[in-house]
Amino acid sequence: MFSLSRKDLAALAVFAVVVLTMPLWLSPLGAAYPGLMQKFAIYAIFAIGFNILFGLTGYLSFGHAAFIGVGSYTTVWSFKLLTMDIVPAMIFAVITTGVFALVIGYFSLRRTGIYFSILTLAFAQMCYSLAYSVLTPITNGETGLLLARDDPRYLDAMFGAQANIAGLPQPTFLGSSVTGYTGFYLCAAILIVAFYVSQKIFASPFGMALRGIKSNQTRMNYTGFNTKPYMLAAFVISGMFAGLAGALLSITDPLAGAERMKWTESGNVVLMTILGGVGTLFGPVIGAWLIKYFENIFSAINTNMLNNFFSFLPDGLQNVVVTVLSKFVGEGWHLTLGLMFVLIVVFLPGGLVEGFHRLMARLKRRRGTPGGVTSVQPAE
Amino acid sequence: MNVFLAQLLNGLDKGGAYALIALGLTLVFGTLGVVNFAHGALFMLGCFCAVTFRYLITLETVTVDPEKLSPWGAPVEVRTPLVQNWFGDFGAVLVDYSVPISILLAIPVMLIIGIAMERGIIKHFYKRSHAEQILVTFGLAIVLQEIVKSFFGANPVPQPIPTDLRGAADIGVWFGMAPHVLTYPWWRLLYLLFSAVVIGGVFAFLQFTTFGMVVRAGMADRETVGLMGIDIDRRFTIVFGLAAVVAGVAGVMYTPLLAPNYHLGMDFLVLSFVVVVVGGMGSLPGAVAAGFLLGILQSFASMTEVKSLIPGIDQVIIYLVAVVILLVRPRGLMGRRGIMES
Repeated sequence: MFSLSRKDLAALAVFAVVVLTMPLWLSPLGAAYPGLMQKFAIYAIFAIGFNILFGLTGYLSFGHAAFIGVGSYTTVWSFKLLTMDIVPAMIFAVITTGVFALVIGYFSLRRTGIYFSILTLAFAQMCYSLAYSVLTPITNGETGLLLARDDPRYLDAMFGAQANIAGLPQPTFLGSSVTGYTGFYLCAAILIVAFYVSQKIFASPFGMALRGIKSNQTRMNYTGFNTKPYMLAAFVISGMFAGLAGALLSITDPLAGAERMKWTESGNVVLMTILGGVGTLFGPVIGAWLIKYFENIFSAINTNMLNNFFSFLPDGLQNVVVTVLSKFVGEGWHLTLGLMFVLIVVFLPGGLVEGFHRLMARLKRRRGTPGGVTSVQPAE
Repeated sequence: MNVFLAQLLNGLDKGGAYALIALGLTLVFGTLGVVNFAHGALFMLGCFCAVTFRYLITLETVTVDPEKLSPWGAPVEVRTPLVQNWFGDFGAVLVDYSVPISILLAIPVMLIIGIAMERGIIKHFYKRSHAEQILVTFGLAIVLQEIVKSFFGANPVPQPIPTDLRGAADIGVWFGMAPHVLTYPWWRLLYLLFSAVVIGGVFAFLQFTTFGMVVRAGMADRETVGLMGIDIDRRFTIVFGLAAVVAGVAGVMYTPLLAPNYHLGMDFLVLSFVVVVVGGMGSLPGAVAAGFLLGILQSFASMTEVKSLIPGIDQVIIYLVAVVILLVRPRGLMGRRGIMES
């Protein structure tokens, strides 16, 4: 049941090594601090989950941020009411988001195409607006849901865990704190498990059925296949991944705010998935890492750094280059992201992974591999 | 009754903006078959046409008047806009009426932007899936709003209403009520009239001109029109430009009501898509009707009486309506058979 094909096993091994050695290969890139790497891992989980829905079935959801929000709120409530241990918090978060996704998916999946996108968007915007207004007792409105010293924490109290004397209680994993590198390795381990699950789904008959739905739902129906439960299952699984990502966000920083549910956040995960490559295993992860890297590193570049970097150029030219480039870094990094995204959608619909494959194919051809490369077009 | 009327009017001007955006969106969808997520950004660009125009027209010279002293003893700086130097009183009027006049700037600018966008990017996406169209226009929207941000900054730039049009109209008197019972700001009234005129203009253009006839024929059956030797693609490009102009002028006139900032487009985009879906994809009258309907519903939902009855309804009413309509009547209010149903 847990077995993988040899190819998948190799992919998993490579992936695990890449994730676990992140602190090593990210340090020359200037991003090797635990807080950022946690974000890398968490958003990769989010994107992997989104890819299970969008990549396999082709249903473009614009409301996945709602699930991240629900996961975050559930986690913080579990911290407040039950225990500071993260295991029950994660379990509750995944279950709650699963139920949420079941309800939203049940209604949204009655429609396809753009109507599905608008429905998910409408549901997510409703969650977002309500979290800001009426649900303030649950969500604490604009301030965001915070931990407090005098939260009840019934389970902790029952087992007689000593009250934390100094400051706010910290989330713990079976008694040990999850800050710094521990937190990162926790997220990394969960990311590897998430990747494994997505591999299993991709290789399973279930995944095959989802791909069938993507290429031709009518034909699937005519072959006597009830597609509804499959779609719903994919939606719920994808929502649960998002909930898990939301839970991890709240675990590494025990705070939940409604701004995580805004529709532009849903847009972000779409960007990640497309950028990396829809429907591929590695694509969403690469996309998530790239965007988070840009968001944190690219946006920190300022004019001084550019001036230093281009100091070898003649003075006039240096000024021109720096003035032009400074529009694209720092505050303007979104511009770079948008341009990159447009270019990728126009020229590389399969994302960076497809670009990599094309590059490989070209290299192989140059070496003169017999047979050549035939492009494989899926049958309509 | 008066409260009811007041809310109705409040809803109508917002509805006017929704209807104008949704009209352009539907026009693009009906002709080109493209789901344009950058349409909100076009509305935002229209707003910033007004901002740019005001900036240009208020470029001023600063002279020091040695005769007069300010209360703290320094010479008074006299600021005169250049246009006032050149044209005298007419220049002052120009500055005062900068927002409505900037429509004249917005029309050519938006037409060029629209046509450039269609020829540059969107034309390559006719044959691709709707998901990919959404993605590329979404990316385009990000690019446009970031360009605006890098020029105008992240803060809202408020635009003044012309002095003569400030204050409120005593509408109640017109209908034979006592004075001050039912008042309505002049500018909002103007916006309502303006949107009615633009909508009427677009419909008349489509209904009574040869160009409009060809476009309507193309909406119904693109292939046949093409086979008759008509270069339908070129007409559709112009229609895209027209949609951009409609969104742009809607934005220009909206600036005094809501100070524009760079992410205004994204905020309006979601709403306008909901409007289009409620009205029925591809139906122009549907888009207009749904725009006004949702504007009015939203304004009724924000009444205190309604809010106390159903808390939070003002925040979600539009989405709730969209969800219910899509589930109960998937083609929207006036959608035709076979649009977006594959």
